[in-house]
Amino acid sequence: MRTICLYFQVHQPFRLKKYRFFNIGNDHYYYDDYLNESVMRKIIEKCYFPANEILFDLIQKYNGKFKVAFSISGVAMDQFELYAPEVLESFKKLADTGSVEFLAETNAHSLVALKDKQAFNEQVKTHSQKIKKHFNQSPSVFRNTELIYSDEIGAAVSDMGYKAMLTEGAKHVLGWKSPNYLYCNAIEPRLKVLLKNFKLSDDIAFRFSSKTWEEWPLTTEKFVGWLNNIDPKEEVVNLFMDYETFGEHQWRETGIFDFLKFFPETVFNNSNFTFSTPSEVAEKLQPVSAIHVPNPISWADEERDLTAWLGNDLQNEAFNKLYSLSGKISKCKDPAILEDWNWLQTSDHLYYMCTKFFSDGDVHEYFNPYESPYEAFINYMNVLSDFEIRVNTAVPETNTDKELAKLRVLVTEKDDLLKKYMSEINKLKLNISKPKTSGTKKVSSKAIPGKIKTPGISKTGKKSTKVSKVKKK
Amino acid sequence: MKVLMFGWEFPPHISGGLGTASYGLTKGLSRIKDVDVTFVVPKAYGDEDQTSVKLLGAGDIQITKRKLHLKNFSKAMDYLEVKSNIVPYIDPEDFWRLSKKEVSGRYNFIQVNSEGKISFSGKYGPDLLTEIANYSVVASVIAEENEFDLIHAHDWLAYPAGIAAKEVSGKPLVIHVHATDFDRSGGKVNPDVYAIEKKGMDIADLIITVSNLTRDTVINKYHINPAKVFTVYNAVEPLNENEKAKYKKGTDEKIVTFLGRITFQKGPEYFILAASKILQKMDNVRFVMAGSGDMMNNMIIMTARLGITNKFNFTGFLRGDDVYEMLRLSDVYIMPSISEPFGISPLEALQSNVPVIISNQSGVAEILTHAIKTDFWDIDAMADSIYGILKYPALTKMFTKYGKKEVDDLSWENSALKVKEVYENALSLY
Repeated sequence: MRTICLYFQVHQPFRLKKYRFFNIGNDHYYYDDYLNESVMRKIIEKCYFPANEILFDLIQKYNGKFKVAFSISGVAMDQFELYAPEVLESFKKLADTGSVEFLAETNAHSLVALKDKQAFNEQVKTHSQKIKKHFNQSPSVFRNTELIYSDEIGAAVSDMGYKAMLTEGAKHVLGWKSPNYLYCNAIEPRLKVLLKNFKLSDDIAFRFSSKTWEEWPLTTEKFVGWLNNIDPKEEVVNLFMDYETFGEHQWRETGIFDFLKFFPETVFNNSNFTFSTPSEVAEKLQPVSAIHVPNPISWADEERDLTAWLGNDLQNEAFNKLYSLSGKISKCKDPAILEDWNWLQTSDHLYYMCTKFFSDGDVHEYFNPYESPYEAFINYMNVLSDFEIRVNTAVPETNTDKELAKLRVLVTEKDDLLKKYMSEINKLKLNISKPKTSGTKKVSSKAIPGKIKTPGISKTGKKSTKVSKVKKK
Repeated sequence: MKVLMFGWEFPPHISGGLGTASYGLTKGLSRIKDVDVTFVVPKAYGDEDQTSVKLLGAGDIQITKRKLHLKNFSKAMDYLEVKSNIVPYIDPEDFWRLSKKEVSGRYNFIQVNSEGKISFSGKYGPDLLTEIANYSVVASVIAEENEFDLIHAHDWLAYPAGIAAKEVSGKPLVIHVHATDFDRSGGKVNPDVYAIEKKGMDIADLIITVSNLTRDTVINKYHINPAKVFTVYNAVEPLNENEKAKYKKGTDEKIVTFLGRITFQKGPEYFILAASKILQKMDNVRFVMAGSGDMMNNMIIMTARLGITNKFNFTGFLRGDDVYEMLRLSDVYIMPSISEPFGISPLEALQSNVPVIISNQSGVAEILTHAIKTDFWDIDAMADSIYGILKYPALTKMFTKYGKKEVDDLSWENSALKVKEVYENALSLY
């Protein structure tokens, strides 16, 4: 059997608003709603809606022979719920066809797997629950944030009960080996490992519209020709990419949607390849060997390592500062704090602080709402400083923290009281000022010496009472 | 290739970035084999000379010539001094203010008759513009007496000299724009200065600007053909790190430093406003404004009004090593310039391992990646950046690691090589 495994990643972070140091302690809302919603709107129009429609039609057309897999990060699902429930519906429609598999990942699209096994476990569980809730599937295959994988992470994922995991077919890990087989974890051989064929995946995801590429323009015939050139003994071609490839990274005008539309047809007509979901691949194929990955790999940049997120002092400091709070968070019950904790862990925040300007700078700039990594760092650290104050208030551990927490509660209580009193005072003031104004008028009319009461004055007096009556109504 | 260069100051009498730049450049050029530079400077004397200069006719101007042997120069350089009271960074109005003492009788009379600036500017004309004319007459004398292939003139006061030399000799003229009057005046451009600058740029065969920012000004504001304008970035001399610190920091407070002329162009008030924002949130910090300038008194008043004088210090003008001492004591260096054609001092700060915050409106922002850049008017962003550097140590770590390397990779020799390319271009036009 020779098969193609198509997998698409869907993720959008909660981008932070400009958060200055004078906001620390005063402002506990961190997100740029306008930016997040408008980016989401744009991507829905350009990618999610048209691409979902094409996939749905293809699945109908080929009656179960065409299959794909998705992983949708927890934060992306949160954003769908907030800004675009109709997109969630559209993915549900795909789920209902039975030809679409949803994978497990970390809820926050975080790097927690590198830091805290317990928290990793919980995040994955939360994400799987969300998948169950929205798409009525219980994921059996896991993919980590940015396809980050190591022997240890794989073993942890196996312990959680997942039968397979996706990662990058990184050159420095594979050496002479081919990514086009099923492998297994080096510590826990029960966990199957699917490796991305980065050459063929990136031909679509990155090079598709590049006119300087000698293979441009890429047609489905040409691409399937390359598939046919693969050694007939090799069993699976894993094409993993961002879903935003369709319509967002590669615009509609490049012909990417036509490529997607005619890809299955060309595969069925010109080759003996089939389509499978990751869990089918893991079930049907036998692993050829274990894959040894002592140091974590990812699908990012030329190096396929972690340096896009944890490559400099800024990123390391932010990362360590964030997870220094995890002990307290585990004791925290406040839902607002837990939600922020989730959204602040998203790996994109670290990605914005990347200083690898020269080799992969273009890609980084394209995704980055900040002008410089330094700005990104300061903004994030300011937010984190405020968040830390809140966590310390919610879970006071040291005596000073306890003292501060008490005082903070006192202050907020007093603030509320003050507000209440102020509104009461204002009300009373209004009540007092009304009779006073008519009173002063009377005084002034009386004070005019030598004036006898005239009908005119009494008229004005009447008028003023009328006015006050109207006011009372 | 023999170059006749007209500048306006030379070590040790340096008053700012321009002197440093022309010094560094000539030093870089001296290391290139087939380039010989003869440097002409007008030199400011004391009070008596200032009055007497006006009485000098072209034939009376003395020219002294001596050989210079400077440390780090690979060969001796001819150095010509012209008696004149032209001082850099002075516009005609300031010049009138400085020189009015000596000729007060005459000027009092004129002052009575004048109201407002326009008639005012008509009166100072005979002063500074005559100076410049005198300088250009001297230039033509020098051009006749010396052998050279090309003329290079630094900034507007030297343009007429360059033009005169070109007219006499018929050799190509390259002018070097370190700043324009749009930078110095903050929009209130002096028409006489503009005319001199424009004429220099029109007549020059090629133009060197110190940044693309300045290049844009030259192209858009002076309507110069873009094809004849080239950007050559400044560099910085390597720091002599063996020197021991003279002063020890007396407090454990963090120090944030502004270093430069306290003039409109440098945006000192934005620094003060940012400082006052930070002091509302942070206690363990001190702000220093080093330098002098026409806005200094106003700035002192401003800090007093904001009630931050206990945390804000003015040092006055710093010379030579004191600059580096100040930087050594600093934790953050900030340059909120409104319009800065280049800006060498942030490079000096990075050499001393001090993180820098620079405005987007500076030429140096084009070549520095490991620096924080904000708009000069964005006080919130500026305050936030200062706070970030003081509060989150990873930033300082990054800046000292990468920023310093970035600066060390710049060298005057590289700039000089680019200048030489421009020379060759200019010569090929003839």
